[in-house]
Amino acid sequence: MTVVSVTVNRTVYRRDVEDRLLLSDFLRNDLSLTGTHVGCEHGVCGACTVIVDGYSVRSCLLLAVQTDGAVVETVEGLGTTEALNPLQKAFQDHHALQCGFCTPGFLMACTDMLRRLPLTTDAEIREALSGNLCRCTGYEHIVNAVRDAVRKRGPL
Amino acid sequence: MKPAACEYVAARDLDHALQVLAQAGGDAKILAGGQSLMPMLNFRLLNPAILLDINRIAGLDRIIVKRDMVTIGPLVRHRTTATHPVIAKYFPILTKAMTHVAHHTIRNRGTFVGSLCHADPAAELPMMALLLNAEIEISSATGKRLVSARDFFLGPLVTVLEPQEMVTSVDLPFTSSSTGWGFEEFARRHGDYALAAVAVTLSRRRNQARHVRIAVMGVGETPLRMTAAEEVMDRNNLDALADVVEAIRRAVKPATDLHASAEYRRHLVGVLAGRAIAAAWGSAQ
Ligand SMILES: Cc1cc2nc3c(=O)[nH]c(=O)nc-3n(C[C@H](O)[C@H](O)[C@H](O)COP(=O)(O)OP(=O)(O)OC[C@H]3O[C@@H](n4cnc5c(N)ncnc54)[C@H](O)[C@@H]3O)c2cc1C
Ligand code: FES
Ligand code: FES
Repeated sequence: MTVVSVTVNRTVYRRDVEDRLLLSDFLRNDLSLTGTHVGCEHGVCGACTVIVDGYSVRSCLLLAVQTDGAVVETVEGLGTTEALNPLQKAFQDHHALQCGFCTPGFLMACTDMLRRLPLTTDAEIREALSGNLCRCTGYEHIVNAVRDAVRKRGPL
Repeated sequence: MKPAACEYVAARDLDHALQVLAQAGGDAKILAGGQSLMPMLNFRLLNPAILLDINRIAGLDRIIVKRDMVTIGPLVRHRTTATHPVIAKYFPILTKAMTHVAHHTIRNRGTFVGSLCHADPAAELPMMALLLNAEIEISSATGKRLVSARDFFLGPLVTVLEPQEMVTSVDLPFTSSSTGWGFEEFARRHGDYALAAVAVTLSRRRNQARHVRIAVMGVGETPLRMTAAEEVMDRNNLDALADVVEAIRRAVKPATDLHASAEYRRHLVGVLAGRAIAAAWGSAQ
């Protein structure tokens, strides 16, 4: 067991963890932050995407011990049900989710991309989204939501 | 799917890392970006006693420009290679290849060196290392050796690395600025591992191709240099294209898997090679 101290959505957590514990399981089981979803556990689906020290990562491909001292952002750190953040609002406005299983991963990947990528063309948006799988929407509405979020963000 | 129990060690510096590897009796695995290793641990395809994390070692994340080469450190992430101005200037074909490597979030963690060490036969960077005549510096507690990319890859996920060794840098020698290049890949979905890809560089003198290099992947157990086809193209022009493509189709050893048959891959690699060679010819000065 190793003691880790991690800041998640501005709260500092100190926990004793097993070395082999995945960050995804640490967030969900140890911190009860179940907004981060777990699909494939081998990096393919993107449902577990969170932001660590400013960069989106697969939390199923990172160990909790690796995040000692890190700043983690999860979907719980975006808006609230009463006050969605602009990206969440865009997803709602454009029906960019159905079952919602993939949504936390898309939101966190998009949060990173909106900070970093110009996303000026649809081709660029589609390429950026290619790392996340959605089994319901057919992606069209997600592309619409991101295009809208980019428009509201403005150029970088 | 969760990793089996293991001991996690975060290396403080290079010496510490090499000491841990030396003392682990072959049962330690280096953890770089984790984008290939962690899936294998989650699937329990691997179960090392020690997981040696090199991510906290300072200074390994640099691309260093020297007089006649760039040197890539073991923690240079895909996102850095993809956007680095020096790479774009001297190795535009590598910048192009990077657009095919995985997805935004994977590129945030995955490393150039990790990709070479993982040695997936359908990965772009091992092929690019082969094309660019990369020299790979391998260190252990007892010393260093330099291995060229041509000798580094032995088979699918197999390299010349011994368990106590670590790749400490990769040198990419510069080519002339008049070099033309072409990169073609076919994957079922952008960012996925490719069915096949071809990378070509050449220079042109008096309507003749010189210094022809052709590398392919997805059509053998390792990435391959097409030496016979390179010779057919050398001192020739695009009139030789059909013969060059033929030489490539003869040299590759594709396998049938659930994504494509061997015949399809053999046909595909020829089509991609034709396009890549034409593009290289067109862009050479
Ligand atoms: C969904 C998904 C899609 C992907 N798509 C692609 C793709 O299209 N093309 C592609 O090329 N790759 C793809 N990848 C793989 C990605 O590029 C990996 O980042 C890369 O293969 C390994 O780099 P890493 O730093 O993550 O290495 P790790 O996973 O940390 O390590 C990989 C192996 O190399 C060893 N190793 C790492 N560094 C060293 C070192 N310095 N010395 C000795 N041994 C070392 C490790 O012990 C391990 O055996 C994909 C990955 C995922 C999850
Ligand atoms: S659960 Fe992590 S990528 Fe699918
Ligand atoms: S909304 Fe159901 S998987 Fe995307």
